[in-house]
Amino acid sequence: MSTSTLLCPPEPIAPSLPEDNYLSRGYGLRSWLLTRDHKRIGILYLISLSVFFLIGGTLAGLIRLELLTPQSDLMSADTYNKVFTMHGVIMIFLFLVPSVPATLGNFFIPMMIGAKDLALPRINLLSWYLYIIGGVLVIYTMVAGGVDTGWTFTTPLSTHYVNTNVLSTCLAIFITGFSSIFTGLNVLVTVHKMRAPGMTWFRLPLFVWSLYAASIQMVLATPVVAIAITLLALERTIGIGIFDPTKGGDPLLFQHLFWFYSHPAVYIMILPGMGVISEVISTFSRKRVFGYKAVAFSSVAIAVFGFFVWAHHMMIMGISNYAVLVFSLLTMLVAVPSAIKIFNWTFTLHKGSITFEAPMLYAFGFIGLFTIGGMSGIFLGSAGTDVHLTETFFIVAHFHFVMVGGMLMAFLAGIHFWWPKMTGRMYPERIAQVAAIVTFIGFNLTFFPQFILGVLGMPRRYASYPPEFQILNVFSTAGATVLGAGYLLTAIYLVWSLKYGAVAGDNPWQATGFEWQCQSPPLTENFTEMPIMDHEAYDYAWLDRKNARAAEMR
Amino acid sequence: MTNSNAIVPGVLAPSSGDHGEHPPHLLHHFQSVEQQADATNFAMWLFLLSEVMFFGGLFTAYLIYRNWYIPAFVAGAHQLNVGLGALNSVLLILSSFSLVMGVWCAENKRKGGLVLCLILTFILGLGFLGIKSIEYAEKIEKHHFPGIHYSLSSFLDPGDDEAARAAGDQPLPLDMARHTELYFSLYFAMTGMHALHMIVGMGILVFMIVRARGGAYTAGHVNFVRNFSLYWNLVDIVWIYLFALLYLVSRH
Repeated sequence: MSTSTLLCPPEPIAPSLPEDNYLSRGYGLRSWLLTRDHKRIGILYLISLSVFFLIGGTLAGLIRLELLTPQSDLMSADTYNKVFTMHGVIMIFLFLVPSVPATLGNFFIPMMIGAKDLALPRINLLSWYLYIIGGVLVIYTMVAGGVDTGWTFTTPLSTHYVNTNVLSTCLAIFITGFSSIFTGLNVLVTVHKMRAPGMTWFRLPLFVWSLYAASIQMVLATPVVAIAITLLALERTIGIGIFDPTKGGDPLLFQHLFWFYSHPAVYIMILPGMGVISEVISTFSRKRVFGYKAVAFSSVAIAVFGFFVWAHHMMIMGISNYAVLVFSLLTMLVAVPSAIKIFNWTFTLHKGSITFEAPMLYAFGFIGLFTIGGMSGIFLGSAGTDVHLTETFFIVAHFHFVMVGGMLMAFLAGIHFWWPKMTGRMYPERIAQVAAIVTFIGFNLTFFPQFILGVLGMPRRYASYPPEFQILNVFSTAGATVLGAGYLLTAIYLVWSLKYGAVAGDNPWQATGFEWQCQSPPLTENFTEMPIMDHEAYDYAWLDRKNARAAEMR
Repeated sequence: MTNSNAIVPGVLAPSSGDHGEHPPHLLHHFQSVEQQADATNFAMWLFLLSEVMFFGGLFTAYLIYRNWYIPAFVAGAHQLNVGLGALNSVLLILSSFSLVMGVWCAENKRKGGLVLCLILTFILGLGFLGIKSIEYAEKIEKHHFPGIHYSLSSFLDPGDDEAARAAGDQPLPLDMARHTELYFSLYFAMTGMHALHMIVGMGILVFMIVRARGGAYTAGHVNFVRNFSLYWNLVDIVWIYLFALLYLVSRH
C-alpha cells in the first residue's frame, strides 16, 4: 500500500501568490531584524550563511589556485596557512554547523510538527545575532591579518608559537558555539513540547528525528569546545598552564576536549543532511521510507556513538595503543547506523515511482558520495592504515566527500525541495537538473584525485609540493572550477526565481508533511487551524484520499 | 483513521494577535499556560545540562592533573583559606534558600516577600563575590596567580610561608613544585568561570528585582523566577563541588 500512483492531477496552479503570508507582513528592516517568526529567522540565516559560504568558497578557490603549480607562487606559505585556516573556520563554524538546522530546521521543524513557532522565538533571534557577531569577528580576524593555526587550534602551536589573531577567532567560535547551543536547545524543546495532537514520536517526519539527534549533540558537545578554547585563550593571554608541558600541562588534553566537540560536530553537520535526504527520497519515489523506525533510531544511535569516537583524530598523536584500539573499534561501530540509513534509502527506491527532479538528483549524489566518503573513513579509522593516510590529502578528500559531497548536496537538495514552500515560487527545473549534474561532476573531479594524492603521500597544509603530484592537482583545480560554476549557476537561478519563477501552489511535489498542507509561502502563524495528525508519516494513500475528496468538492 | 483530512477546523482559537482570549503573559505560539511553563522549564534544564558539560571540561582537566601531581595539589590546597571557602559555601546555600523562598512568594502572589527574597539573594551573592575577591587578592599578593609572576617559594621553602608551615608541608622537589602552577591555573579557571556565572546571575537578579517591584511575577506567571532559581541552584552546586575539590584536597 505504500506505493501509490497519482490518483488525481496536482491541484490547479494558483495564478498568484497568496496576499497574506509571512513575507507580506511588514517589509521594513525592523520587521526583519526584530522578527520572532521562525520562518523569517530561517531566511535571515539563509542569507547570512550564503554570504559566508561565498567567502569560504572564494578562499577554497584560492587554495586550489595555489595548488595548481608545485611552487608556492600565488601566495607565500604563510598566507597559504592563513587562507586554509580561514576556509576551515568559516566553512565549519559559520556554514556547515548551522547550515541545515538554522535555515531549513528553523523554517520547517515547527511546521512539520504542527506548531506556530519554535518554543523559544526570542532565543532563536538571539542565536542569529550571536551568529552574526561571531561572523563579524571572523571577518575582523581576516581583515586584521588572519590566523594560521588550522581550524583545529592545536596547542602549543596556537598558545605559544604563532603571532596571528588566535584570540579573536577563539572568541568568534565561542560565540557561534552559543548560537549553535541555542538552536539545538530550541529544537529539542520544540520537538518535545510543541507537537500537534496526534503527532506521536513515530509519526514525526525523519527530518525532525535527525535534527533532534543533532540537537542533542549541539547541546552536549558544544560547551566542551567552549571551555577548551576559553582555556586556550587564557593560556595565550595570562599564561595559565593547563595545556603547557613546561608547567606539567598536557597539550593532548586540549585535543581531547577539542575533538570531544569536533567529532560530534561532524554528525551535527551530517545528521540534518540525512534528514533532508529521507524526506526527498520518500517524496520523489512516492513511498514511505523503508524501515522508518530503523532510520529514526539510527539517527539517535549516530548521535550517541558519535560521542565515543573522538580520539580517532589523535591516533598518531601519542595516545596509548590501547586507546587507539578501543577508539578504532568504536569508530567501526558508528559506521553501522550510517549504513542502515543508506540501505533503507536504497530500499525505499525499490519499486517506487521515482521521478528525477533536482532535489532527487542531489539526493542520489548524496547517497553515492556519502557512501564513498564513509567508506574512506574506515581506512582512516583503522589504526594501521591511519598512520599512513592521516595528515595527507586522503583525509582532505575523506571529509570533503562527507561534508561537501554529503552535506552540501543534502543542503542543496533541501533548499530546492522546500524552495517552493519558502518563497512560493518554483525554481526552473531543467536548469536546476543541469546544475545538480554539473555540481556532481565538478565535485568528483575536485576531490577524487585527492584520494590518490593522499595514498601517494602528498601531505595536507603545504603550499608547495613535489612536481610529480602536479597532474592530479591540476585535475582537482579544474574540478573546483566546475564545482564553483555549478554553485554560481544555482545561486543565479534561485535568485532569478524569486521574481520570475512559476507560482508553486501549496503542494507541488505531492508530499505528505504538514508543511505541504498549508499555503506557500505560509502564514506567519503557519496554520489557520490547529492541525491534527491522524495518519502515519509518509502516508501517500492518505494524500490521495485527501486529493480525491478535494476534487469531489470542486 | 476514517477521517482522511488532517486539518480539522475550530479546535482552538486562531491567533489573530489580540489578547482577548488568553492571559497577557501567554505567548501566542503556545496553546496553554501549562505548555508554556513546561516548555520553558524543559529548556532551562537542557541549558543546565550544557552548563554541566561546560564545567565538565574543567573537572576533567582537574581529575587528570590531580591524579598525576597529587603532592602539588595538596601543597596548593594548603594555600587556600578553608574558613573563607566554608563561609562562602554557607552564603551561597543561604542565597539559594532565599531564592527558593522567593519562588514560593511568587507562586503565592506575595510581592513584598518576593522582592525581599530577591534582594537578599543579591546581597548574599555580593557577599560571596566580595569574599572571593579577598581570596583572589591574597593569592595575587603571594604571587600564586599563574603566569610570569608566579612564584614557587611557598612550595620550595614552606618554612618561610605561614600557611604552608601551619599545614606542616615538606619542601617539594623543584619539578613537583612547578606543577603547583597547574593547580592554581585550575583554581583560577574554575572559580573564575564560577564567579562569571555568579555575575551574570546577579545581573539577571537586578533585572528581576526591578520587574518584581512592578508586580511582574506575582500575577500568576512565575516561569522566569522558577527557571532562574534552577540556574542559580546549579551555580550553587558547582561551587559545592569546587569547594570540595579545590579546598579539601587532603583534609579528610
